[in-house]
Amino acid sequence: MIEKERHVLIILPHPDDEAFGISGSIAAYRKMGVPVTYACLTLGEMGRNLGNPQFATRETLPEIRKTELLKACEAMGLDDLRMMGLRDKTLEFEDDEDMVKLVESLIEETNPSLVISFYPGFSVHPDHEATARAVVRAIRRMKEEERPKLYAVAFANNTKEILGTPDIIHDVEETVDQKLAALKAHISQTVWMMKETEAKLAQNDPEMIKWLRYERFYSYKWHADFE
Amino acid sequence: MDIVKTEHVQEVISSFANKDVYIHLETTNGSYASHFKEGFLNAGAFIRNVVVNFELGKIVGESPHRVGLKLPSGWVYAQGITHYQVDDLGRLLLAGLDADGKLSVALHISETPFTY
Repeated sequence: MIEKERHVLIILPHPDDEAFGISGSIAAYRKMGVPVTYACLTLGEMGRNLGNPQFATRETLPEIRKTELLKACEAMGLDDLRMMGLRDKTLEFEDDEDMVKLVESLIEETNPSLVISFYPGFSVHPDHEATARAVVRAIRRMKEEERPKLYAVAFANNTKEILGTPDIIHDVEETVDQKLAALKAHISQTVWMMKETEAKLAQNDPEMIKWLRYERFYSYKWHADFE
Repeated sequence: MDIVKTEHVQEVISSFANKDVYIHLETTNGSYASHFKEGFLNAGAFIRNVVVNFELGKIVGESPHRVGLKLPSGWVYAQGITHYQVDDLGRLLLAGLDADGKLSVALHISETPFTY
């Protein structure tokens, strides 16, 4: 069951971060008429996959990823995309306070009832971690009764051990096609994965169907704050 | 990008000698390397839009090649170069791509700053 929200604010560092575990939910919110704002902090300029045969150089990759991101947003029915202009792999080196302010201004403007981002300490990529820290810090500064809910994606190897199982599970069966379209839109990053995914779906592989259909989030545990 | 043609690449590198040029130098295993293989020491380095003026630049070895730029008081060096392109802005893009087409090393030289 996906709760209806006033406004959903998604804050993630890379084009395609939304596709894997959030795109079905985004499409579902849009279907319900819930406004969704997606702030994508970088253009994934440092992606390693240039292809064989090559479709990009290190210098053309950002434009390609930008086009893919726009296509993914179209697939999800998302019409408020913000490209924030930071650079891939550098977020942890930005001024921490500036990062918090960036999040604060997005929250102030969109007044979300729900923010979705990564879980600090459990999101593997240094950019994910820096984004997660800024999001948590910005929300923590708000009065408790005014804070939006925070759903966080966690996938570090020790996640289950420490955070347990996710408490928010969205069944996105009705928007799975849109999710697949979003994944496919990011083809420069997902090309191998999609081949395997589609082969498994063709065989009705239960694990793959489950992975696509259920999106898993942790409500941020404010009583066990990361700092 | 094309497989490195040593003579052509050498020609282009030499054309940048004794000029102020912008450098992009990068090595990477990808940010997920130690996520997929625990204990893996994930190392990399990245510089972009640093201006240098080198007096001698060379590409050497069989593929993967090594490229070194000799500066009046220093060096710039990249190992593992397999592919190259001179793009429409006249920039030399050198890359080391593995069998899957994933970038391991990049060295770019340009007379104008790199964007992004």
